[in-house]
Amino acid sequence: MIYQQAIAPEALRARIECVVIGASAGGVEALAELLPALPATFRPSLLIVLHLPRDRPSLLVDIFAKRCARPVREADDKEPLEPGTVYFAPPDYHMLVEKDRQIALSADAPVHFSRPSIDVLFESAADVYGERLLGIILTGGNEDGAAGLYGIHQAGGVTVVQQPDSAKVPLMVVSALQRGPADFVLTLPEIAQLLGALA
Amino acid sequence: MDTQVDIELHLLVDAIYLKYHYDFRRYAPASLKRRLTAALAPFNCHSFSQLQDRVLHEPGIFPALLDFLTVPVSEMFRDPGYFRSLRQTVVPMLRTYPSLKVWVAGCGTGEEVYSLAILLREEGLLPRTLIYATDINPHTLQKASAGVYDVERIAGFTEAHRKSGGNSSLSDYYTAAYGRAVFDRSLREHIVFSDHSLATDSVFAEVQLISCRNVLIYFNGDLQDRAVGLFRESLCRKGFLGIGSKETLRFSSHSDSFGELARDERIYQKLP
Repeated sequence: MIYQQAIAPEALRARIECVVIGASAGGVEALAELLPALPATFRPSLLIVLHLPRDRPSLLVDIFAKRCARPVREADDKEPLEPGTVYFAPPDYHMLVEKDRQIALSADAPVHFSRPSIDVLFESAADVYGERLLGIILTGGNEDGAAGLYGIHQAGGVTVVQQPDSAKVPLMVVSALQRGPADFVLTLPEIAQLLGALA
Repeated sequence: MDTQVDIELHLLVDAIYLKYHYDFRRYAPASLKRRLTAALAPFNCHSFSQLQDRVLHEPGIFPALLDFLTVPVSEMFRDPGYFRSLRQTVVPMLRTYPSLKVWVAGCGTGEEVYSLAILLREEGLLPRTLIYATDINPHTLQKASAGVYDVERIAGFTEAHRKSGGNSSLSDYYTAAYGRAVFDRSLREHIVFSDHSLATDSVFAEVQLISCRNVLIYFNGDLQDRAVGLFRESLCRKGFLGIGSKETLRFSSHSDSFGELARDERIYQKLP
């Protein structure tokens, strides 16, 4: 289901330089549908905040690196963003983007009880990329991400929300839809298809 | 091209430097902007220009704003693996020195300082050690020097201490009363708390170990280079540097001056 027909997926191909994804409960399963579907020619940088228990080392890179056609990393501070590369926010740090296309981490207080927070990533990426950013909110039981996705919309970026019926835990996507307009409301296979077009 | 907001941010940071000599000009812009944006509402301002006006004209504003600008509280033994690795890889070499100096740069409210002091006590090194704990915020330095923490935080500290390989009980080092835990005076006797800025000050002592965790993330590349340069200058021959678990010297202009001692725990040794 596409709300705003004005944006044709093909038009996004030339425009989108960076994709940000936020997910919480049910997020690992959702990403397990999306990341293995990325084509080897996927071009934007892809930054992901997934809420996880903070005191355990993240296994996300181990899980996804083997199943993804593009490189998957846990971000280090000041790491230059490369195209076609997937970056996970490390546990217990916020992940932000700087104007010179570097990762910046912060240990500032949690936002919506979350560190990393989706809002923090989305707002800083919106500041840097403006209309060249595409933001996606997936399943989760938290309101984190709603303000950030609205920030992306206000900066002229493209907003995508997982269709609430298809989300394992719908609170996060419902909050995002209540906060601001979504350019696309899609199921996971449809989101995979959209990302596949950014090649 | 800078947006209106970025221009105002730039002017605010310049005003702070010119008036108070606190230099945030080379802080990492993204998180600096986020912190200052969070400060707008509490100071009843709707723009950075308005905040700048208040900072310049009202004496009480800047000290309060400084609390928004500096690093927040940490936890004792944050990332227990770091402290375990210090015990295993660094402590055996520290034992060879007759007297030790340690620098905790950007000590915030002191959690890391007391963690190190306890670790050194457990390893029998504290009696011959002097720890310099520095920060730019007088308010947090005061808190660090008091060594008083909410008792609710102690359970988490105790668990992290145990995971760090602690061979004593954390409760040996504090007294709990009225919801507060006060860390022992015998630890503080080996700590000097002092005002020091990695952005504007220079080296003040030769030390064997520097621990500076989750401070460099708030600096841009230039300021990181300045700070790591100070560390290199301050460290003795083959001295040790520990940084945050997601910080790296990989992108630093001083990366050739340090070897990786414990890669995952980000513990480096100055190369001769």
